[in-house]
Amino acid sequence: MLPDKHGRYGPYGGRFVPETLMPALLELEEAYRRISRDKEFKDEVAWYLKDYVGRPTPLYFARHLTEALGGPQIYIKREDLAHTGAHKINNTLGQGLLARRMGKKRIIAETGAGQHGVATATVAALLGQECDIFMGTEDIRRQRLNVIRMRLLGARVIPVESGSCTLKDAMNEAIRDWVTNVRHTHYVLGSVGGPHPYPMIVRDFQSVIGQEAKAQLHRVTGRLPQCLVACVGGGSNAMGLFHAFYQDPVRFVGVEAAGHGLKSGHHSATLVAGSTGVLHGAFSYLLQDPWGNIQEAHSLAPGLDYPGVGPEHSFFKDSGRAEYVAVTDKEALEGFQLLSETEGILPALESSHAVAYLKKLAPQYGPDDLIIVNLSGRGDKDVDAVAQALEVSGEAH
Amino acid sequence: MKRIDATFKRLKKRGEKALIPFITAGDPDLATTKALALEMAEKGADLLELGIPFSDPLADGPTIQAASCRALKVGTHLQEVLKLAGELRQETEIPLILMGYYNPILQYGLEHTAQEARRLGVDGFIIPDLPLEEAGPWRKAAVAAGLATIFLAAPTSGAARITKAGRLTRGFLYYVSVTGITGARQALPADLVAALKEVRSLVKCPLAVGFGISTPDQVKGLAPYVDGVVVGSAIVQRVAILQGPELIKEVGEFIASLKEPLRGK
Repeated sequence: MLPDKHGRYGPYGGRFVPETLMPALLELEEAYRRISRDKEFKDEVAWYLKDYVGRPTPLYFARHLTEALGGPQIYIKREDLAHTGAHKINNTLGQGLLARRMGKKRIIAETGAGQHGVATATVAALLGQECDIFMGTEDIRRQRLNVIRMRLLGARVIPVESGSCTLKDAMNEAIRDWVTNVRHTHYVLGSVGGPHPYPMIVRDFQSVIGQEAKAQLHRVTGRLPQCLVACVGGGSNAMGLFHAFYQDPVRFVGVEAAGHGLKSGHHSATLVAGSTGVLHGAFSYLLQDPWGNIQEAHSLAPGLDYPGVGPEHSFFKDSGRAEYVAVTDKEALEGFQLLSETEGILPALESSHAVAYLKKLAPQYGPDDLIIVNLSGRGDKDVDAVAQALEVSGEAH
Repeated sequence: MKRIDATFKRLKKRGEKALIPFITAGDPDLATTKALALEMAEKGADLLELGIPFSDPLADGPTIQAASCRALKVGTHLQEVLKLAGELRQETEIPLILMGYYNPILQYGLEHTAQEARRLGVDGFIIPDLPLEEAGPWRKAAVAAGLATIFLAAPTSGAARITKAGRLTRGFLYYVSVTGITGARQALPADLVAALKEVRSLVKCPLAVGFGISTPDQVKGLAPYVDGVVVGSAIVQRVAILQGPELIKEVGEFIASLKEPLRGK
C-alpha cells in the first residue's frame, strides 16, 4: 500500500521541510510504525474511540432526503455525532496518544474552522498535555464559538496575522513553532496534507470512518455502495471514508469549494482548478500564481478555505480512482437548507458541500443504488454565518 | 561555483573568515537591492546572499517574512531576481548566492532556473525547504549548470546527517545556529561553539554559520570555529526602517563593523 518508503503517492507527497524538522519526521515515522502495530496501543485507541468519542457513529438511512432527491438511497455517515461534533477527533485522539507514547509533553495544531483546534484541545485536556492552537485572525472572527471552546478546554489560542490570516497562515506558524520546539513538542497536523508521514498517519486514524460505514451498510443491505461522497478541503474526512473501499468497485466523489465560482478566482477548488507544486512539505495540487507564490483560497466554509490538498487525493485524481468536483457557496447553503429541512440535521458548511452535490449525483442513479455521504461535522458553529447569508432573523419579531 | 571555492581559498590563505550578508531581493525595490548589494561588496562582504521572495516562507521569522511581503507587493519574482544577479555580475566578481523556497524554482523549472542562473553569473543556491532526501532532481540540474547546491545542517541533525550533508553540499555547508527560524537574537545557544567544533570534525568543506547572528561581538565569538558567518535579519531590519542614501550608508557601516572581527591579524 502507498505511500512508498519516500512518502510518495505516485509523484505526490514527500518531505519538503527545513533540515531542522527532518530528524523529527524520521523519528515520527519510526515511532508510528512501531507503536501503531502494538496491540496495547490499538486497544487503547479503540477504547477511547468507543467510550470517549462515542463510536461507532451511526450510518443513517436518510429516507426523507432520499425521497426529496428522487434517485438512489442516501445513507449518511454521522461524524457530526462524534464527540466535539466532527470527524477531527478520530485523528487528534490517535495523535495525542501517539505523542504521549513518544514522550512529547506539548502538542500544537493549526486550525481553520476551529474544529481541529477544538478536537486537539479536547485531547490535550483529556491526556494532560500542554496545548497551543494557531488560528488566523480572520478565522477567529468567523468562528468565535470554537475559539471560546478551545480556551475553556485549557488551550492557548495564538492569533496569526500573516498572509490571508486563515488556515494556510496558521499552518505556516504552527510549522515555525514546531521548528523551534521540536524536541519536546508534537505537531498534531489536522488533515491528510503536510510532509510524510502525516498524510499516512491522519489517513490511518480517519479510516475508521469507512471501515465502520462499510460494515454498517453490509449489515443492513448486504451490499457495497455504488458511490461515496465527501467534501475535500485538505481531504481528511474524504480519505477516511474512501480508504476502506479502495479495492472495491465503488465510485469516489470528492467535493471541493467553488466559493464565488471557479471563474471568479475566489474559490478553494485545488484539485479541480489548481496545478501541481510544493506547499507545507508536500508535492500536491495547489492554488498558485505563475511565479509559484501560493494564492489565497476562498470558501464560506472555513474548513475548506485552504489552497492545498493531501497528496493521496492528487494521486487519486491523476489515476482516476476518485473524481473531484466543486460546488459554490450558494449551492452549499442550499445543501445546508435541504438537509436541515428534510432530516432535521444542521450540517457543517463544509459537509454541506457534499450534501449539495447529491442533487447533481442523484439523477445518475436508480432507486436500488446506494450512496454514502459523509457528514463530517455539525453546523452549530456556522449558524451565525448561515443566518447572515440566508437573512434568518434571531430577533423576537 | 568556482567563485565560491576561490573566495574561501583566498580568505583561508590570508587567515580571514567570510562575511556573508543576506538581504531579500526587491525589498523595498530592486534598485535599492542593487545599491545595497554593491555597497556591501565594497564594505567587506565576501559572498552575497539574495533572497527570492515567497508567499509562505516557513523557515523565516517575522523580519524576513515582512521583507518577503514587501518585495512581493512590488511584484518581485524569480526571473527579476535572476536579472538583478546578472546586472550585479556586470559590476562585481563577488560570489552570488540565491536563497529561495522550492516552489518558485520548481514552477520556473529546475533546469531553466539552473541554466539561467549560470548564464547570468549566479554561483549557487540555498533552498531551505529542500532537505537532502528531496534534493536529487535539483542537484542534477544544478550540477549540470556548474552551480553550488548549498545544504543546511541543524542542531537536530545528528552526526550521520551532518556527515552526509557535508559530502553532498557544494560551496560550503550552512550550519543553522539555533533550533528555530531566522531572526536576530540577543543571545546565541550556549552550546553553539561545541556544536560547531563537532561539525568541523565531521566535514571537510568550508563551514558557515547563520540564523540569529546580529552583532560584531557575536561574529567575533564564532569566527575561530567557522569559515564564514551569515548575517540576515539584522541587515533586513535596517532596510525596513531606513531609506535612500541614509540606508546605504548605514548598511555599509554595519557590514564594515561585522567584517572587522573576521579579518586576519
